[in-house]
This record gives sequence, structure tokens and C-alpha cells, in this order.
Amino acid sequence: MIDEAKVRHVAKIARINLSDEEVKKFSKQLNDVVESFKILDELDIENVAPSFHPIKTENVLREDLAKKGLEKKQVFRLACHEKDGHFKSPKVI
Amino acid sequence: MIIMNIFDYVKKVKNGELSALNTVKAVIKKCKELNKEYNCFVNICEKEALESAKIADREKKGLLCGVPVTVKDAICVKDVECTAGSRMLKGYVPPFDATIIEKLKSEGAIIIGKTTQDEFGFGSFSTNSAYGVPKNPYDKSRSCGGSSGGSACITALADFPHISIGESTGGSISCPAFFCGVYGLTPTYGLVSRYGLIDYANSIDKMGPMAKSVDEIALALKIISGNDEKDQTSLNEKKTDYLKYEPVRNYTIGLPKQYFENISIEVKEKINNAIEALKKLGIKFIDIDLKLSKYHLSAYYLAAVSEASTNLAKLDGIRYGAKADFDESEDFNSYCAKVRSKNFGDEAKRRIIIGTFARMSGYRSQYYLRAMKARTLIINDYKKAFEKCDALLSPTMMFTAPRFDEIEKLDPLQVYQSDLLTVGPNLAGIPMINIPCGFDSKGLPIGFHLISNHLNELKILSIAKAYEGAKK
Repeated sequence: MIDEAKVRHVAKIARINLSDEEVKKFSKQLNDVVESFKILDELDIENVAPSFHPIKTENVLREDLAKKGLEKKQVFRLACHEKDGHFKSPKVI
Repeated sequence: MIIMNIFDYVKKVKNGELSALNTVKAVIKKCKELNKEYNCFVNICEKEALESAKIADREKKGLLCGVPVTVKDAICVKDVECTAGSRMLKGYVPPFDATIIEKLKSEGAIIIGKTTQDEFGFGSFSTNSAYGVPKNPYDKSRSCGGSSGGSACITALADFPHISIGESTGGSISCPAFFCGVYGLTPTYGLVSRYGLIDYANSIDKMGPMAKSVDEIALALKIISGNDEKDQTSLNEKKTDYLKYEPVRNYTIGLPKQYFENISIEVKEKINNAIEALKKLGIKFIDIDLKLSKYHLSAYYLAAVSEASTNLAKLDGIRYGAKADFDESEDFNSYCAKVRSKNFGDEAKRRIIIGTFARMSGYRSQYYLRAMKARTLIINDYKKAFEKCDALLSPTMMFTAPRFDEIEKLDPLQVYQSDLLTVGPNLAGIPMINIPCGFDSKGLPIGFHLISNHLNELKILSIAKAYEGAKK
């Protein structure tokens, strides 16, 4: 069951601020969607391995050679906030 | 405008009969006009396209020498703004080409524009775009489908040599190809490198071509497929020439009975006509029971939103894309939340919230992990079917292009349910193609879906080619 309190809690974890109106709208919509997922409870998955990829993938390694990447200035051309050649962000602690 | 296939056009550019520059100039003028009416482009990159056309005229090289190519906005093209249909990426100009773009450019293709799409691919009707909604070429009051709606739209409208590159997670190539009446191929997961794609769901995303003919689809796939060390999930398969079609006589096609339930009468009628035409080509049909089809939607959506919510976590308003001002008193989390809340659309917010919920401690086993296990069973269900037949055939969509006022009335769950026929093969990572096969009484396109086992692109292309020939 997804109620308004759950939507607020999950949105906070996902770094999304929701207005009271959005919380109300989303909790009904999301509850319908999550309820529909319950059909999967019918499946016997006891001894089934999960498929994190649809086709067999193998660990890929390449020789550890130095290769040219993007120029620093190309990357910082895109930066939202930059100071002295570093990304500038609000305080974390 | 020049109406000719890309093969004849390339020959004429190479022998000097046609100038790529003049063609591209005319095509861009036409695209600008069409865009005013249909909103199929987020961005037309005239300057870059004209530069590339000059090079094509000078070098006269490559299988796509001078061919105008459009790409879904989620695919990075060097020095061209790439938003994936979201305000969150406004202003993001990638300093590199996606591998698929590198490959197209190396064959002489001219990238002329980025096409309209649902934000990050989240939608079935291209109505969740921050940059306007593309309109159906057959009726402007109707949807092009989604999420690669702009790509299908311009492919249908183009009266010039052209291919488009779309991307599919749950049906985003097949669905718009059906609604707009064009061919659209979604390859096996990993056949085409995903490097340079703005991810929706890493284990389900595939890029593929849309075009007006099977040969153009086959040529495009030949060019864009292949291993890439920049994408760890890219497959290391021997290169295939998809234009070397196989004889289809004696092929067996399976009809999954579950895929014929709840479809409109007119769609069913056209699909039945296509089946009869294929029978005349010597193809045998059998019934297939895809027992797990009722679980496709839930397993797919759980997988897709779980991955989407982690992918979008990287958009923080710090490194690129949307931003806001901050002062000394603001902390990192409240800043990120501020930027994200303002710039993500409603559907992105919904999918981030469901995806975060499905992966949360206490719910992970019940939702995310259960979906991953259901996926194993669904893949096995398809594999069992392919022991009995070469391909599966079904309608691509249950109904023809809906009107925008009809779409507005749908709640999110009903929108998800419209993808019923396409999410299964997408989740299983198997190849599929939409093949146009007629129109309904309103003049709206209908197509059938051919699906085959992993890496069996040549089989479905061979059937598509044989059907295309029989239709003429």
C-alpha cells in the first residue's frame, strides 16, 4: 500500500520535493501501479536465478593502457558551478 | 524534393550527379517547415550538417555518403545540445559522439537533427516531452506514439533519402513505427553499443533504425552493430551482412494466442491479411502458448523504473544540465532536490519514486528482485517458443494512433497497459521489427510485429523483405 506518508518518505530519499497537491495525486496513481505489480506474487520463483541482463554477459577486461580522455576544459565548459578548476557544490556536511 | 531510396542517392552523390550539400540544404529547409507543423525536432543542427555535407561531397566515401540522418534526442552528438526531452538536461552539449553516431558519420551520414521524445523515454505517446509534442503525420490531432515519436514522425514525412535512429526500452521504436506506418527495428540487447545514450534502463535499452524500407533498415543495422570496448555489455559477435536475406520458404512462424486478445477488429483484420500473404510465401504458421505473458507488464515496469531511478540519481545540478543558485547556508541535498523538483516532469517524478520504492530496504525482494526472477522465467518462455518456430508474429499495438484528448483521460496505469505487446520482447532483449501492413478506416497505419530469438535479426529482416516484395 502506497499512502501519502510513504510517497513523502520515498520522494525525500529520491531528492524530489513534492507539493501537497502532487503528494495527493501521486499516491493514488502510484498505489494503483504498485498494486498491479502484485500479480507477480503468483509466480513460483523459489529456485529461480534473477536475470540482471537479458543475454549472457561476461566480465570484459582490456589491457590497462593509458588513453586520452576528454580535455578538462571540455568537461568544465558544461559545469553548472565551477571554481578554480573544480566543481563547486553546496556544503555536504 | 528527391524521392529515392538511399542506395540510389548514395550512388549519385558518389558519381557527382548529386551534391550532398545542395540536398542537405533543401532537406533542412523542408525539415524546418515540417517542424512548425509537426514538432518532430527538438533541434535541427544546420551548421554541423552543412559542414558534414561539404566533407561528403569532397570525400565521396561510405555506405551513407551524404544521407540525412535524424536521431532521437537521447543520443549524444558532439557539439549538439542533447536533452533526452528533459528540462533537466537543458544546455547539455556533449563533447563527444555516441559510438553509434561515430559509426554513422564514418560512413558519410549527415546528422541533421535531434528528434522529439518523451522525457528520458518515459511514455508511450511522446506527450511527456519538455519540448512540445510531435503530431501524427496522418492526423495531427493524434499521437505519433512514443517514446521515439519524433523519429517515426519525420521518417513518415520524409520525401527525401533518410533514416532515423530511435531507442527502445519497452517498445519505443515499435510503437511509434506502428502509429506512423514505418519500419522500426529493435535489435538484440548488446548488438548495438549503448555508449553515448542517455540511459533509461541500462539492462533493457537498445538503439535501432527506423526507415521506409527493409533494405534501409538492414543497411543501417549493418553499420551500427558491432562490439565496442566503451560498452561493457556490447556483444562480441561476428559482423553480419543483414542485406543478404535468407529464403523464407519453410520458415515457421508462431502466433502467440495471448497477443491476439483485446485488439481492435480493424487491427486484427489487417494482421490476418498479412498472415495470409506470408502463407503464400511458403511460411508455415503454428499456435504458441506464451503462458507468462500476463506477467510481462509488471516485470518490465519494475525492472525499468528501478534502473531509471538509479540512472537519474546522477542528475544533481552540479556537473551539467539544469542548475540553480545556492548560497553558504544551503546544503547539498536540499540544492539537488530543488533543481530536480523544478526540472523533472511528472512522469519522471513518478518513475523515480516507484523505482526508488521498489529497491528500498524491506521492499527489494518483494518487488525488484522478484521482477528480475520473473524476467528469467519470461526469457525461458520465449526460448521454449523458439524451439518450435523461427519467429513470433503479433499486432505491434492493440489499437491505431489515439487522439490527444483520449490520451489525456488515461491514468498512468492505463498508459503502461498500452505497451502490453511490446514490453515482453524488450525485457527479454530479443529482436523485433514493426512491419507496416495497411490502414484502418480512418486512414491510420497498422503494422505487425515480428519477434525472434537473440541475434536472429536476419530472420525477421528476411521475412520482412519477402513480405514487402509480396505487397508490391
